[in-house]
Amino acid sequence: MTRPMLEARGLTLHFGAIPALVDVAIDVAEGEVVAIVGESGSGKTTLLRVLSGLMPPDAGTVRWLGEDVHAMGEAARRRLLRTDWGFVHQNPRDGLRLNVSAGGNVGERLMAVGARHYGNIRGEALSWLAKVEIDATRIDDLPRTFSGGMQQRLQIARTLVTHPKLVFMDEPTGGLDVSVQARLLDLIRSLSRELGLSVLIVTHDIAAARLLADRILVMRRGRVVEQGLTDRVLDDPQHPYTQLLVSSVLAA
Amino acid sequence: MSALLRTEGVAKAFTLHLQGGTRIPVLGGVDLVVNPGECVALWGPSGAGKSTLMRCLYGNYGAGAGRILLRHRGEEIDLVTADPRTVIEARRETIGYVSQFLRVIPRVATRDIVAEPMIARGMVKAEALARATALLTRLNLPDRLHGLPPATFSGGEQQRVNLARGFAPGYPVLLLDEPTASLDAGNRAVVVEMIREAKAAGTAIVGIFHDAEVREAVADRLFDVIPHQDAA
Repeated sequence: MTRPMLEARGLTLHFGAIPALVDVAIDVAEGEVVAIVGESGSGKTTLLRVLSGLMPPDAGTVRWLGEDVHAMGEAARRRLLRTDWGFVHQNPRDGLRLNVSAGGNVGERLMAVGARHYGNIRGEALSWLAKVEIDATRIDDLPRTFSGGMQQRLQIARTLVTHPKLVFMDEPTGGLDVSVQARLLDLIRSLSRELGLSVLIVTHDIAAARLLADRILVMRRGRVVEQGLTDRVLDDPQHPYTQLLVSSVLAA
Repeated sequence: MSALLRTEGVAKAFTLHLQGGTRIPVLGGVDLVVNPGECVALWGPSGAGKSTLMRCLYGNYGAGAGRILLRHRGEEIDLVTADPRTVIEARRETIGYVSQFLRVIPRVATRDIVAEPMIARGMVKAEALARATALLTRLNLPDRLHGLPPATFSGGEQQRVNLARGFAPGYPVLLLDEPTASLDAGNRAVVVEMIREAKAAGTAIVGIFHDAEVREAVADRLFDVIPHQDAA
């Protein structure tokens, strides 16, 4: 079995008197897709922010390839977010630069890791727009002229162009039409398999978690109440909260 | 001869927390042994727990007690306690499951759905697609459907997609839950033939076959699944 790339232990965080994370442990191995599910306010997004180094925990450690993420300097952590990691935000506006063209959004990430040849950068940007099914004729258009689904696909292209090893995704299909969601989920699924990506995805969409994830963690009030193989957790849930969560999903 | 799949004292109960913690015992003391090249048919009345046992054997349900030992990479692993990553690896390489219903993935073409588990095991894509096409054709699924997502297919067509996906990789252990339930006589005969070929190749098969004709044609023996209240 491969050693986990990301390993977190004993993560605890309080916002005043409110426990946001209580003794959370999680790990992600190479090529593995792990979903974190739970209702709003369960601590999912906070966990993602702590794991990706954006927010320090009160206690506990996060290690990336053995190195303590919160002990490394700000510069090292920013480099990690540009290279080994990618972050796909729920709102594409948080992950895109709206006053820069679509091609520029993709190319900019490449330049941040040292690419300088304009022709190569444009070529790579075009190939990524094709992978996320954005027409090549839109390369010079500003993202604000794109639909929500297109913006989200552009954000994914911008994130993946530098070949990160691990991608954090925070509700990537939230706020999109159902038909657009299906297309995006299929895209995430095929790209993660094709590239052997590790993905840590936060979602409240149980069907999305089933489609994408190898393993699942169920969070409630800052605690992981149940975790395991995705289909076992969803088809044979043990914890009362997981049973409630699974039984509340409408079958289409 | 060493068993490819065996269980020791497997028990399964469901606790329904939303119904005041009602506990429903389904299986108890299940000892099953399946050898290479053998097809064992689960036998028992409706509601006895045949499908529950199948799901436990695949690791889809977590057995509450006992051991489910699968020969994987030359060693026995216990699916009851195995790490999720080990279960995923065993499903990729060693054990396949054909359920009654196809879980449709939006936008993915039938041919790709069938080829996917072969590609996951390292087969070259073109070869996997060719084998997928051959199996779908053998199961009489018309050519024009191979490139379409199966969401709009009939029950019988979806079942054949499921069968092709399950048989294609050639898993050493295969679980079949009513594989011919929505098939016509011609396709039933094809499935019987495929099961016989898999057995001849050494596959250990556990199946639920309500169709007596199919069961008699493929099963080497019956395994009684006893409704829990009747169990000792």
